[in-house]
Amino acid sequence: MKNFLKYREIWLLAGIVVLIGLISTRFPGFADPANLRQVFNDTSILMILALGQMVVILTRSIDLSMASNLCFTGMVVAMLNAAHPAIPIPALIVIALLVGLVLGAINGFLVWRLNIPSIVVTLGTLTIYRGATFVVSGGAWVNADQMSPDFINFQRAALLGLPVLSWIAIIVIALFFLVMTRTQIGRSIYAIGVNPTASVYAGIDVGRTKFIVFCISGMIGGLAGYLWISRYVIASVEVANGYELNIIAACVIGGISIAGGIGSVGGAVLGALFLGIISNALPVINISPFWQMAISGSAIILAVVLNARGERRQGRIILRKAEAA
Amino acid sequence: MRNMDGLDTTMDTTAHHGTIQKRPPASVPRLTLTGISKSFPGVRALHNVSLSLYPGQVTALIGENGAGKSTLVKIMTGIYQPDSGEIGIDGQATTLPSAHAAFGHGITAIHQETVLFDDLSVAENIFLGHAPRTRFGTIDWRTMRNNAREVLETMRAGHIDADARLKDLGIANKHLVAVARAMSIDARIVIMDEPTAALSMKEIEELFLLIEFLKSEGKAVLFISHKFDEIYRIADRYTVFRDGEMVGEGLLKDTGQNEIVRMMVGRNVDHIFPQREPKIGAPVLSVSGLSHPTEFDDIGFELRKGEILGFYGLVGAGRSEVMQAIAGITRTSRGEISLDGQTIAPKSAADSIEAGIVYVPEERGKQGVVIGLPIFQNVSLPSLKRTSKSGVLRLAEEFTLARSYTERLDLRASSLSQDVGTLSGGNQQKVVIAKWLATTPKVIILDEPTKGIDIGSKAAVHGFMAELVAQGLSVIMVSSELPEILGMSDRVVVMREGRIAATYDNKGLDAETLVRTAAGIVA
Repeated sequence: MKNFLKYREIWLLAGIVVLIGLISTRFPGFADPANLRQVFNDTSILMILALGQMVVILTRSIDLSMASNLCFTGMVVAMLNAAHPAIPIPALIVIALLVGLVLGAINGFLVWRLNIPSIVVTLGTLTIYRGATFVVSGGAWVNADQMSPDFINFQRAALLGLPVLSWIAIIVIALFFLVMTRTQIGRSIYAIGVNPTASVYAGIDVGRTKFIVFCISGMIGGLAGYLWISRYVIASVEVANGYELNIIAACVIGGISIAGGIGSVGGAVLGALFLGIISNALPVINISPFWQMAISGSAIILAVVLNARGERRQGRIILRKAEAA
Repeated sequence: MRNMDGLDTTMDTTAHHGTIQKRPPASVPRLTLTGISKSFPGVRALHNVSLSLYPGQVTALIGENGAGKSTLVKIMTGIYQPDSGEIGIDGQATTLPSAHAAFGHGITAIHQETVLFDDLSVAENIFLGHAPRTRFGTIDWRTMRNNAREVLETMRAGHIDADARLKDLGIANKHLVAVARAMSIDARIVIMDEPTAALSMKEIEELFLLIEFLKSEGKAVLFISHKFDEIYRIADRYTVFRDGEMVGEGLLKDTGQNEIVRMMVGRNVDHIFPQREPKIGAPVLSVSGLSHPTEFDDIGFELRKGEILGFYGLVGAGRSEVMQAIAGITRTSRGEISLDGQTIAPKSAADSIEAGIVYVPEERGKQGVVIGLPIFQNVSLPSLKRTSKSGVLRLAEEFTLARSYTERLDLRASSLSQDVGTLSGGNQQKVVIAKWLATTPKVIILDEPTKGIDIGSKAAVHGFMAELVAQGLSVIMVSSELPEILGMSDRVVVMREGRIAATYDNKGLDAETLVRTAAGIVA
């Protein structure tokens, strides 16, 4: 399985390299390290969000409310910053994480304790959280001139040649990698995704684990809320409207199975990068944004087809072994 | 060596092919299966079996679990293809390459869990796939309703409303709808696979009236049941299967219950059980008054140190449910479980594992291995608390744990990082057992530990069970295989309909006694 996942990720990586190559023929500067760093930075928020979504999808659930959570939390920190510019940025980030955690915990609680399917719960909270943004802001925007310079510049500061935003993404990727491969909760997430019944027998609390993954995706949504608002320097009810679909698309392109249990941190990151490259490159080589949507859509279907083929190949190995045995 | 030899010679005089009881058929059979064989990787499900069904007669198919009855039904309904053998309908050789082809020949099966559509109406269920059409090609609802009422009337089931949603009907009425469907397609061969399993006494009577009706209509009926009173009540002929072979057939009026029981249980020596000198100590696990609202009632037994306690019974007797309650997976309504003299009340599987009770479930695929995870991760799954430090996994510990237990079970795998899905059934079973042993339990409950695995792996599992109890563990073995129960157990608990019917010391215990107790036949 491990080998196979690597195999799939290498395919995706190869696809990305080919994509960059193709774009370079039309726009020679695209493959410059400086530009690639820029693309990475531009995709950082999507990568972070895709990782949060990944842990949810791995447990056979889905979180449709991440973009609304991002919007709400972004509004809360923006208003806090506008009202109290003295609050230091790290404290605001902690607040963003906590607000996101609360929203995620609400999702998780409903899924765990009331046993409502996650797609229903988060379809509800998708609307509720965005509505709540309207309630706290009264429908008003928070504009760049209301935000403190620190609020805006924190993520742009260069550290060892990369902006802080990129470093945050790298840290989140590393943390997720460690959690998924080296901790009990990571192992439990995979196990309940692959075989929930066997996991119950093995003494894993499936409901609690799902609660935890929604808490994780909530915290990620909250973190992304601050990063998004300070990047695009405007907070409104419309922020990231519909973006939950991009997050899920990144996961699917990255080989995370909607049926749960299959997927990796590397896959989610590469899936997000793929979408990031498309959205960055196509405008500069004069392809209309509508083509951009068509290409992302095709990539999703292609990824699903390739993954399904991969599963079948795996099945044949079982048969061969069974026959040999 | 303790083996099944004594059993074989004292009880089984009909096991060899030369002495199969055959009686001349009453008329031309509607359906004949001749020399049917079917194998799956590692398992021979059917070997050279024959079966004949006669119009206007009910044939009972009798056999232990795993005798090959379900496989045969699947061949008759076109779901499986036989490896060899012939199928004849009304004397004409034919094949049943698909479920559709079997349907076309008028073969229909009514299963334990009837395959109908809960959200459709009774009439829609009856005519699904062959609904009457109007001249515009749309469904003629009025005719369909009228026809449905007509079919139900002829079956004396006029009380069922043709417009009712199926889900609003009871199981017995669902069976009636299934039969009505069979009537509407002019089915000529009706297979009933344990139709009474979930019915009340009154509903069973209604079903029998229905079977009489089918007989009077000249249908050939195959009736599969474990219950002897029902078989003698409704069937005309019988065919007995054992270990995938046909061991006897004839007319029920000429054959006594004991004779059929003997055919079911007698068997050739194909497996030698490990010899043990049980050192049985003090009680480890004691259960009293354990009850569940629907599945079992007033269960009480003791398991002693170093003992293998067999649990025998028919499918649906509630054995697995009792074990799941002890393992903390199902909640009980009443009763007490104590381990080493301390009362425990497990609320989750984790609680039971912590206390030292593990349950190795029956369905290896669904409940046992986690396909997609490597072997070592499967083994360590219930022991993660031990192999990790404040939530952080220690891979070296996991590997050590997995290696020590898989080596003891002689697991055949190229590497412990291999996906468990690439192993054979027998080796997967070893992984499942290794994973539970790794939790260092006091009591290990094995539910059908050797179901569907090959002889070699069976022997390994049995040998290992013997080793476990020799080391002072206590084992509960739920099994529907008589040789396994008799060959491995120190004592045997027989369950029937959710209660303990009897507990036997396995000294001079014979298979017939067990089957009779499980089926409720008074000797």
